[in-house]
Amino acid sequence: MGVMTIDGRKVEFTDEPNILTVIRKADIDIPTLCYHSELSVYGACRLCTVENDKGKTFASCSEPPRDGMVIYTNTPRLMKYRKLILELLLAAHCRDCTTCIKSGECQLQSLAHRMGVMDVRFENTKELQPIDDSSPAIVRDPNKCILCGDCVRMCDNVQAVNVIDFAYRGTKALVTPAFDKKIAETDCVNCGQCRVVCPTGAISIKTNMDVIWDLLADKDTKVIAQIAPAVRVAVGDQFGLPRGENVMGKLVNVLHRMGFDEVFDTSYGADLTVIEESEELLNRLESGEKLPLFTSCCPAWVRYCENRYPEFAENLSTCRSPQQMFGAVVREYYKDPEKNLGKRVVSVSIMPCTAKKDEILRPESSTNGKQDIDYVLTTTELVSMIRKSGIRFENLEIEASDMPFGIGSGAGVIFGVTGGVTEAVLRRLRKGHNRVDMDNIKFSGVRGEKGLKEVEFDYNGRTIRAAIVSGLGNADALLKRIKAGEVHYDFVEVMACYRGCVMGGGQPVPAGPRTKSARMKGLYDSDVNTQIKKSNENPLVQTLYDGLLKGKEHKLLHRNFEAAKNE
Amino acid sequence: MLDTSYYEKADEIIARHTREERSLIPIIQDIQEEYRYLPPELLTYVAKQIGITEAKAYSVASFYENFSFEQKGKYVIKVCDGTACHVRKSIPILERLYKELGLNDKKHTSDDLYFTVETVSCLGACGLAPAITVNDVVYPKMSPEKVVDLLKELRGE
Amino acid sequence: MKIENRTELKEYRTECQKRQRAKCRVLICGGTGCLAGGSDKIYQKMLELTKNDGNVSVEFGAEIAHTKVMKSGCHGFCEMGPLVRIEPHNYLYIKVSPDDCEEIYQKTICEGKSIERLLYHMDGQVYASQEEIPFYAKQTRLVLKNCGHIDADHIEGAMVVGAYSALEKALFEMTPESVIDMIYESNLRGRGGAGFRTGRKWKQVASQKEKIRYVVCNGDEGDPGAFMDRSIMEGDPHRMIEGMMIAAYAVQAQEGYIYVRAEYPLAIQRLETAIHQAEEIGILGDHILGTNFSFRLHINRGAGAFVCGEGSALTASIEGKRGMPRVKPPRTVQQGLWAKPTVLNNVETYANVPMIIQNGAEWYLGIGTPESPGTKAFALTGNVRNTGLIEVPMGITLREVIYDIGGGIQNGKKFKAVQIGGPSGGCLTEKQLDSKMDFDSLAKIGAMIGSGGLVIMDENTCMVEVARFFMSFTQRESCGKCVPCREGTKRMLEILERIVAGNGKPTDIDELRELADMIESTALCGLGKSAPKPVISTLNAFAEEYREHIEDKKCKTGVCTNLRQFQIDLDICKGCSKCARNCPAGAIEGELKSPYHINQEKCIKCGACMEQCPFKAISVAR
Repeated sequence: MGVMTIDGRKVEFTDEPNILTVIRKADIDIPTLCYHSELSVYGACRLCTVENDKGKTFASCSEPPRDGMVIYTNTPRLMKYRKLILELLLAAHCRDCTTCIKSGECQLQSLAHRMGVMDVRFENTKELQPIDDSSPAIVRDPNKCILCGDCVRMCDNVQAVNVIDFAYRGTKALVTPAFDKKIAETDCVNCGQCRVVCPTGAISIKTNMDVIWDLLADKDTKVIAQIAPAVRVAVGDQFGLPRGENVMGKLVNVLHRMGFDEVFDTSYGADLTVIEESEELLNRLESGEKLPLFTSCCPAWVRYCENRYPEFAENLSTCRSPQQMFGAVVREYYKDPEKNLGKRVVSVSIMPCTAKKDEILRPESSTNGKQDIDYVLTTTELVSMIRKSGIRFENLEIEASDMPFGIGSGAGVIFGVTGGVTEAVLRRLRKGHNRVDMDNIKFSGVRGEKGLKEVEFDYNGRTIRAAIVSGLGNADALLKRIKAGEVHYDFVEVMACYRGCVMGGGQPVPAGPRTKSARMKGLYDSDVNTQIKKSNENPLVQTLYDGLLKGKEHKLLHRNFEAAKNE
Repeated sequence: MLDTSYYEKADEIIARHTREERSLIPIIQDIQEEYRYLPPELLTYVAKQIGITEAKAYSVASFYENFSFEQKGKYVIKVCDGTACHVRKSIPILERLYKELGLNDKKHTSDDLYFTVETVSCLGACGLAPAITVNDVVYPKMSPEKVVDLLKELRGE
Repeated sequence: MKIENRTELKEYRTECQKRQRAKCRVLICGGTGCLAGGSDKIYQKMLELTKNDGNVSVEFGAEIAHTKVMKSGCHGFCEMGPLVRIEPHNYLYIKVSPDDCEEIYQKTICEGKSIERLLYHMDGQVYASQEEIPFYAKQTRLVLKNCGHIDADHIEGAMVVGAYSALEKALFEMTPESVIDMIYESNLRGRGGAGFRTGRKWKQVASQKEKIRYVVCNGDEGDPGAFMDRSIMEGDPHRMIEGMMIAAYAVQAQEGYIYVRAEYPLAIQRLETAIHQAEEIGILGDHILGTNFSFRLHINRGAGAFVCGEGSALTASIEGKRGMPRVKPPRTVQQGLWAKPTVLNNVETYANVPMIIQNGAEWYLGIGTPESPGTKAFALTGNVRNTGLIEVPMGITLREVIYDIGGGIQNGKKFKAVQIGGPSGGCLTEKQLDSKMDFDSLAKIGAMIGSGGLVIMDENTCMVEVARFFMSFTQRESCGKCVPCREGTKRMLEILERIVAGNGKPTDIDELRELADMIESTALCGLGKSAPKPVISTLNAFAEEYREHIEDKKCKTGVCTNLRQFQIDLDICKGCSKCARNCPAGAIEGELKSPYHINQEKCIKCGACMEQCPFKAISVAR
C-alpha cells in the first residue's frame, strides 16, 4: 500500500507485484516484449526500463513499488534507449514484414513503429535457420525469434511440457528442441500455447486455409463444418463487436456465404460425449477399476498423459472427443447417397485449438481407414478467411445452424470452459431440471478460473470426488500427487490450456485479462439462454441414439483402434 | 545407438550423484571426463534418469563452453587468449596449430581424432604467457615454433 | 580421529607443531606454473635424497609459483622453472632442475650454505632470502601470507600456522551476532567487484525469516588476467574454508558451496583434499568441535561460462540450470541458492575473515584506508618487468604498484595505460597514476578494482585493439538473455572490428557511445552494464588514436595489421628490388640500385616486403 509518483502524477498502489503493473494501471502503455502477468518475470527485453528522480534506470517489470517512489516513464533518454533496443532487435530479425503471417499483430512491428524506428543501421548477420513445419499444429521460424523466452516459460513453467528451450548462449542463443530436433520428433502436445504468447511470427499456426478455399469452390464437394463452443465467443471482438459476445448465428451465416454446405454445432458432439462419459464413469465406479476416470476430450492432454504418464493411459476415458464423435456420426450420416447427393463429403471442424489438428491424424480418429475429420481450422484462421472474403461480419444477420446436428444443450456449450465437462456430467447424473438444481451444481465449485478445483457430489448415496484442472503444469502437479497416493479422485477433468478451450492455442491473440474473462462469461451466458440444460435432454441426440447410432455406439463414439482399421 | 557399455558407465556415474536437477552438470562433467566428449545419447539418457526433460538438459549442456557433443581428439590443446597471453602474442600460436593440423575456427578436431584445438578465455597462468594446456597440463611461454615441436612430441615422433 | 572439543584442538595443534619440528623444511612449489616446469620430479628426487634424514621434511604443493618473484628483465620466475624454498634459512632457489637436488641436499640442507647460482639476482645484487627481495618489501602480505610457505596438501601444515583458531574463537568466545558485528565494524568490503560491505550482507541474511540458509563462495575467477583467487585456493585452502565456516556460523547456515572454475583443476583438487582432511578431524561435519554448529561443504566445478561469476548466474549454475543472471529483486541475500537466503562472497573476501576475527576490527581498520580497509591482491601482468601476484594495502597508488613493485615497464618502453578490473573495468593513463587504489577513488575516475587484474600496457599497445579485445571477450561470454548485452555488445564489437580492420566510418564513434550509454543504463546484470567500460574509457583517454584509425587509416603502434604503413628507409635501402619482386600487390616501385618506395594505396599490408628485405630497410611507420 502506498503512493508513488509516475510522470509527475500521484498513483496509488496496493498489492501490485511490480512498478510495471502500477504504470499500466495509471493508463500508460509502457512497452514490453517479455512480460506476461501469468509467466515468471524474465526481464530480458529491457523496454520497460524507467528512470527515477536521481537518474537511475531500472526495469519496471522486476522492481516492486515502494511508497514515495518517483519515477519517469517517458524521458527523452528512455525513449532513445527503447528505440535503440528495438532497432537492435529488428537488426537481428527477419524483416519481411509485409509477407509475414503476423503482420499487423506483431508486437515487435507495432512497438518499432510506435517508437519511431525508421532506419536500421546494422546488418542482419545472423545465420539463416531452417523453418520447422514438421508439426501438424505449429510452424517455427527461428529467424523471427527475438529470444524473449515467453514460449519457453510457457512450455516449461506453465505447461510442464518443456520440449523447447533455450540452447547455446550469447548471439548464438536460440530457442529449439533438444539437439535441434524437429517439433514433430519431440513430446510436443500441440497445445499451441507457445504461439499464443509469441510476440512475433516466430511461432505460428500451421494453416489449412488455402486447401479449404479450393474445396469450397469445388462444386463436386460437399463441405461440412462444425463449430466448437469456444469459437463463438472469440470472433466478435476481431470485427469490432463486444468481447466475448456469442456470435454463433453470424458464424453460421458467414460460413454459408463462404461456401460451406452445412454448418453444425460441436456442442451436439459434446452432448454425445457427456452421455457416453457419464455411462463410463458409472461403469467404472461399479467395477472399481481404472479410477480416477480422466476425460479425453482434450487431445493435448491425451498426448501428455501418454508421453509422460503412460501408467495412467488406461484411466483415460475411451470416449472420443466431441470433435471426433461428431466427425464419426457425420461421416456415417453422409454415407447415405440421398444425403451426399453423390458428392465427395469433406468434414471440417472449426476449433479454438491447435492440438485438434493433430487429433484428426491419430489412428483411432479414423473409421474404416478413413479420417473422420479432414481438416481443422482454428478460430484465428477462420478470422483470416472472413477478412479475406471481404464479408462484413459485424453486419451479418443471424442464421440457425443446420439440421439434424444444429442444436447443442447448454451443457454441451460450456465444454469450452474449464469445469464445463464436469458440470455437464453432473447435470447428466443428478436428478432435477429446475433452476435451483442447476444453481446447486453451478455453485458446487466447478466454476472459476482456478487451475485446480475440487468438487464432491453425491450419487445414489455414494460420494464422488472430482478434480478439475486446466493448464498442463497444474495437471502434472496433480498427477504427481495422485501417483504418490496423496489424493484420490473418481473423476478428473483435464484441459491442457489454462482456463479451458476459450484460451486455446488457436484462438485470436493477444487476449488480455478482460478478454479472457469475457470469453468465459460469453459461454456461460449462452448456457443461460439455452432451454435445454442437460445433454440427455437434447431431442436431436435422442433421435440419433434411436436411429443412426443404434448398435454402433461403441464403434462411432469410442476410441476404438479396431474400428479404425479398414473393414 | 551407443554400445551398452556407455550406458553402464553412465549408470555408474549417475550412482555417484543424486538423481535430481542439480546433479546434471556434475554428472555430464564426469561423463565428458570419461569420453572426452558428451555423447548426445547419454545426455538424453541422463536427463531421463534424473527426471528432467531432454530439452532442459540440452539447454544447460549447450550453454556451457566445456561440453562438447562431438568427439574430441586424444589431446585437447587449449590456447589461452586471456589478456596477458593476447598481449604476448597467443594468436600466432593458435594460427600455427590450425595450419599444422588442418583446422580452423569451425573445425576443432583433426580427422585422425588425435588433436582438438580450442581457445580459452584465461587459464589464470598469466605469468607464463603465452600459455597453452594439453589435457590440462600447462605448457608455459609457448611460441609457434615450440608448439610444432610439442605436436611432434605428442605424436611420438 | 575426530576432535571433540577445544582442548583436543589445542592438543592437535601442538602435535602438528611437534611433527613439523624438522630442522630443515624443503618447500617445493606445486603451483600450476612450477608443475609445468617439472617440480614434481624435484619433489620425488628430494624425497629420495632425504628419506633417511629425520631432520628434513620435504613438502610439495605450496603455491610459491604465483608469488612470481621476478628476475630483472622480462622473464617471470615460473617461466624459468620451479621454485624451492628452504627453511629455516628462507633461501629461495629459482629455476631448479632435478639435477640440482643432489647439490641442494649436500650444500644447503647438510651444510646450511646457499647456492648462489640458484638465488635471485637483481641489478648485480644477490638476494639469499625471499623476504629481502625488494619486490616483497613493498607488499603487505596478509591474505597471501601462507601461500608458498605451507604445505597446502596437508592440514597439519595449516594447523601449525594457526588455521581454524579464528573459528575456534568465534565458536567458543563469540555469538553469531558478535561475529557479524565485528565483520561489519571492520568495514570489510567484497573483493569480487563492487565492494559491497560484507558485514551488511551477512546482517541481511541473518535477519531473514527463512531459517535454511546457504554460504556460497564464488571461486569462478573468470576475468582474463586475474589469478588471485586461484592462488589462495591452491596455496592456502583452509584459510578460505575457515572464512566460509565463520560466515556460516554467523548466519546460522549448515551448508556451503564453493563454485570453482573448471579451468582450475589444481585448485579443485586442493580444496577437495582440504575438505576431506577437515572432515576427518572433525573440523567440518556435524557438531563441530563438540558444539551445536554443523557445517558441510560441497564443491561445484564450473563448466565454462564467465557469466557465472555473477551471483544469480552462479547460484543458477549450482542448481543445475543455465548460468543466466535473473532479475533482482529479490536479492541473493533474500533469495539466493534454491531461493533461500544466501551469503555469497568471493574467495579473497572469505580469506580476509579469519584474521579479522583473530585480531579485531580495530586492527583491520588500521590497514588500508578507512573506507576501504585491508589489503587487496592484484595480478600484475602485461608489459611490466615484474609480473606476478601481489598484495598491497588499499589506497596505494598505481605508480607505486607499477614502478616500485612491478619495477617499471619492460624493455625500457614507455608506459601507456593500465587496464584495471578486467572486462568490466577501464583503462587508466599516465595522468591517473597517482590515484589511490581503493573502491571509491577508482570508481571516481571511471575504473573499478573488479576482481583485481592489473594489465600494464606499454607504448606499443594499440588501445583500439585493446578495446576490441575486451569487447570480443564480453561478447563471447554474454549469456544472451537481455537485448542490450546480447545485441548491443555484438554491434559494438562489429564497429570496433571494422575500425581496426581499416574500415571505420566517421559515424562509428557516435554509434559506439550511443550503444554504450544504452547498454550501461538498461542491461540486466552487472556484467552487461559494465561491458562497454573498456570502450568508453579508451574512447575518453585515447580519442586521437580512434580518430587516426578511422580517418587517417593509421595505427601508430603497428598492431592493427590492416592499418600498418610500411616504409622504406631510404638511407638503408640498397635498391636490390627483392621487395618489389615479392610484393603480391605490385605496390613497390623503384629503379635498381636506388631506393625503392611503397605506394600506400596499392599496399595490402601483408608485410612480405619487410620479411624479405635483406637489409632490414623496411619497417612499420610509427
